[in-house]
Amino acid sequence: MQTLVSFDFMSDASPSTQPEVLSAQHVLEYPYKRSLGPVIGRFFTSLREGRIEGVRTAAGRVIVPPTEYDPETSEPLSEFVEVGTSGVVTSWAWVTNPRPNHPLQRPFAWVLIKLDGADTAMLHAVDAGSESGMATGMRVRVRWAAEREGGIKDIECFEAEGS
Amino acid sequence: MSDEPLTMLRSPLKLEYTYTAGEISTRFLRGFAEGKILGRRCPECDKVYVPPRGNCPICTSAMDREVELAHTGTITKFCIVNLPFAARNIEIPYVSASVLLDGADVSIFHLIQEIPYNEIRIGMRVEAVWEKPEHRIPGMESILYFRPNREPDVDVNLFEDAGA
Repeated sequence: MQTLVSFDFMSDASPSTQPEVLSAQHVLEYPYKRSLGPVIGRFFTSLREGRIEGVRTAAGRVIVPPTEYDPETSEPLSEFVEVGTSGVVTSWAWVTNPRPNHPLQRPFAWVLIKLDGADTAMLHAVDAGSESGMATGMRVRVRWAAEREGGIKDIECFEAEGS
Repeated sequence: MSDEPLTMLRSPLKLEYTYTAGEISTRFLRGFAEGKILGRRCPECDKVYVPPRGNCPICTSAMDREVELAHTGTITKFCIVNLPFAARNIEIPYVSASVLLDGADVSIFHLIQEIPYNEIRIGMRVEAVWEKPEHRIPGMESILYFRPNREPDVDVNLFEDAGA
């Protein structure tokens, strides 16, 4: 593990108002790697291959993204199920000013999407152009990233069906 | 693109922020550009703090008296660094140490060089090695490191209760 700390030389923050006070831009970065385990590892591998997979519980529910253990029985889960790449928006929140590490650098919606064949909703983003393009219950489909490396960002975002 | 199943994921965390030093720390930092190590003395406790703070951390009195400190001090504790550190291009192993500057009541943390790492000890006397005047910046990096100054070791019991 390497920790990276860097900063520019200190400079006067605001010469006109506070000539005495120094200010500097700092960057603190931890280049973490995390191990995925058998279930999220398989989920991300399938995204890289252009498929979305969930896992079936003892009661027959399909959980997407898959979990390692059954939330009802606590038993390990291993029956993977491919689900659709389209689904229904069950909830959403509009982001007017995206932050630098957000999935889209223009206004977008965080959404919970219940994919076709799934019984749970997954968090992702919808590129709807404007807030008026969003509605609970709307159908959306996946927009794959141009280059997929295995990770949730392999899905660039979702977009309205028919758009 | 590999076809192997994924087992690991790069997941870096990055924090970008603006650090504003404030009036007291700014004076401390500017001191380094002038080759000075500046602290402050508490008028009530009579303790000298470096880096200085506006108020005494013990009794909260305003610390309005600036003190210029010696460039020599004593190692009160140290650690041997065996892991490379991306932002610090120093041959490992090296030693970082708390140095109690003469006249100060708390120690500062800095690099020790010009001595094999396994000969460094608590109580050892050291002196600051400064960057050339034209390369000094308002920051502690203007002191490149501390090195032994060949004075006899200090009895560690003398600074046992220092905030070192």
